[in-house]
Amino acid sequence: MSTPQDWTPPTSAATRPGRDRPGRDHVVAGLKGTDEGGADLVQLLTPEGVRVPDPRFDSYAADVDVEMLKGLYRDLVLVRRFDREGNALQRQGQLGIWVPLLGQEAAQIGAGRAMAPQDMAFPSYREHGVAWTRGVDPTDLLGIFRGTDHGSWDPREKGFHLYTIVIGNQCLNATGYAMGQKFEGKVGGDDAEATMCFFGDGATSQGDVHEGFVWAAVYDAPVVFYCQNNQWAISEPTERQTRVPLYKRAQGYGFPGIRVDGNDVIACLAVTRWALEECRTGNGPVLVEAFTYRMDAHTTSDDPTRYRLADELELWKLKDPIERVRVHLVRSLGVEPEFFDDVQAQADELAARFRQFCVDMPAPAPDRMFSQVYAEGSPAVDAQREEFLAYHASFEGAS
Amino acid sequence: MLREFAMPDVGEGLTEAEVVTWNVAAGDVVTVNQVLCEIETAKAAVELPSPYAGTVGKLLVEPGQVVAVGSPIISIETAEAAAPAVEEDTGAKIGEVGKDGRVANLVGYGARPGAVTRRPRRGTTPPPAPPTPAPVQQSHSAATSRRESGFTAISPGGAGAGAAAGAVPLAKPPVRKLARDLGVDLRSVTPSGPGGVITRDDVQSHVVTPAAPAAVAAVGGVRREPIRGIRKHTAAAMVSSAFTAPHVTEFLAVDVTATMALRDRLRATREYAEVKLTPLAFVAKAVCLAARRTPELNARWDEAAGEIVYFDRMQLGIAAATPRGLIVPNVRDADTLTLRELAAALGELTATARAGRTSPADMAGGTFTITNVGVFGVDTGTPILNPGEAGILAVGAIKPTPWVVDGELAVRTVCQLALSFDHRLVDGEQGSRFLADVGALLTDPGLALTW
Repeated sequence: MSTPQDWTPPTSAATRPGRDRPGRDHVVAGLKGTDEGGADLVQLLTPEGVRVPDPRFDSYAADVDVEMLKGLYRDLVLVRRFDREGNALQRQGQLGIWVPLLGQEAAQIGAGRAMAPQDMAFPSYREHGVAWTRGVDPTDLLGIFRGTDHGSWDPREKGFHLYTIVIGNQCLNATGYAMGQKFEGKVGGDDAEATMCFFGDGATSQGDVHEGFVWAAVYDAPVVFYCQNNQWAISEPTERQTRVPLYKRAQGYGFPGIRVDGNDVIACLAVTRWALEECRTGNGPVLVEAFTYRMDAHTTSDDPTRYRLADELELWKLKDPIERVRVHLVRSLGVEPEFFDDVQAQADELAARFRQFCVDMPAPAPDRMFSQVYAEGSPAVDAQREEFLAYHASFEGAS
Repeated sequence: MLREFAMPDVGEGLTEAEVVTWNVAAGDVVTVNQVLCEIETAKAAVELPSPYAGTVGKLLVEPGQVVAVGSPIISIETAEAAAPAVEEDTGAKIGEVGKDGRVANLVGYGARPGAVTRRPRRGTTPPPAPPTPAPVQQSHSAATSRRESGFTAISPGGAGAGAAAGAVPLAKPPVRKLARDLGVDLRSVTPSGPGGVITRDDVQSHVVTPAAPAAVAAVGGVRREPIRGIRKHTAAAMVSSAFTAPHVTEFLAVDVTATMALRDRLRATREYAEVKLTPLAFVAKAVCLAARRTPELNARWDEAAGEIVYFDRMQLGIAAATPRGLIVPNVRDADTLTLRELAAALGELTATARAGRTSPADMAGGTFTITNVGVFGVDTGTPILNPGEAGILAVGAIKPTPWVVDGELAVRTVCQLALSFDHRLVDGEQGSRFLADVGALLTDPGLALTW
């Protein structure tokens, strides 16, 4: 066991390359709980598109050949494309709100593609990329953002729970689900299952996440806590959430934590495969911190220029998750330009279908809100429905 | 066919937005998602992408114009054929012009400005037509039929009318019902409740003495501007301050020759090379020092708790005129700062304010305010307290003035100070001592050594 004397400050001049000693503001705010990624960052594909060896995780990415990487590239481009279309549709008055994932494509595609069909994912509300990998059609995501539906897919069928709006709340559900997997003996065998819980850096400050960590640790629940640290909890930077890098928090709960380059789809895939394997073989839970960046606003209702600097954004543009795969495919694997044109055409086609579906979405009937409160109805709800429908019918011109 | 694009609600529950710039002009060919314009809302400045591909027909809104959410802002001629006229379904898709000429719009949340009219209930007499010309027609979001639920209909060309029409009157549902029963138009009732809410008494007294609208004879042209944003907040804050805190204002003319000389000497030093050392920094320092001797000025009257709250630290508000209006950002813990730090903080604060980046947090929690009216060249004024604060100091223009020194007339650099204070917790004694202290420090900055 370590003692307080053994503890070393998480941030030192050595881990903050190119930065001077902390200024007055830093001292007042406390030392930064995050850094440039740090020496512990797992990275298999550099921002320049160079595949670098990693003795610990190479075996988890051994099957990533040209064809597979082309598939991952297609995932990344298509997801980004419909995400941008969602943003535009909100600006055109077609959606009440949209939650952009721009910049986090690799963190989500890598994690999602590591999952097996029998695994279960519990997303927050930004996991459009994970939804894509679970076979949820992008158009099914539109209802909740247009305010016509709470979710348009079957979570059991897809292995992908409905979006959770309350921050960090899904950690409890995911932990409970994973405990159930363990109680039902679905850990250890050939058909072993695991659960993935997706949340952000801001959620780590929530009680629900803490409780989920505690229960999962105590019950050895097969759950991968997958934290996409996109550096900003709306307008609050990570340094206002934590004094240690987030992945190090796992140690306090008694399970392993690891930080992966969240803009590196191969590393995210490999690390998540490892984490899921740990869980399936009874060594769960695991915390994965995907170190990434939210390139757009928190939601379409937010204006990030009010609280963060443009040069930070410029820095992260150089670490783009898609560009590095593209460069690697072209330079190292000799993929022809036709492939990229084809993917772009597929992306535009998807965006057009996404747009058309959104514009054509019918508004739900007013009695819809009563229809699924109880499986077999209830006298009180039935009475409310009748009253509400009669009220609607009382207007002139009502059909 | 010609399609119109209505101003969307780009935040959650916004009611209006200002068109800042157009990126396209009439006749331009645009593609889907090409940026049409930049708009600014209460929340953010955002770009609006085009929902249609086609040729821009007409820009319906001038840059700088504030339009209600749902008003058409641009028309675009698309290649599609017009919808068949026999189409019975009245539900136009969102963003499209329906066959009745109204533009459907995704309903946001909360109240929208403009005259809201309910569709008539069956078997009741329709309410009298609202007096505003060309009112913006809006169906009530909670009271629409299935076919139209989710749509708000806006009459074409309603942009101007939407902006000019007053806000929806605020009243609780029972009061609205009372008004309806008594046949009172809520828009003609003067609200007396907190936050401009119309109370039951307001409605009843309106019936007893119907307000005779005084005919205002307009001489020449008039320009009417809706009251909103910072103007509205300033008005509310000033009215609440003026009618809750009994104001007393005291004046003092101060010979600041020595302070100005000290400023010139400091400016020449290397330590001050990087900061802009203004007279305001000296006033701020003097206020902090004087407040230490007279803590009543750094306090607030807490009516609800029945207590006077004395603050340990000075959160010094600086009234700043910005392009968007008057705002009062604070220098945090100003009493802990050195003169150089104060000067730097003031420079940063004014730069942030002018750039429009002052956050609400920077404006909250002030405990004393300085207003530098001297920058406008005036001598003095009677400042109104920032609500909740016990004192506010107006600093007049600093200029050469005839002054009696040792029994003889001399030309000295003189500045007028005016201190308003809340007489509920500050008496003439404390107020006078505070003002005299500030004056003494500015006359002889060396005094600061002795305090």
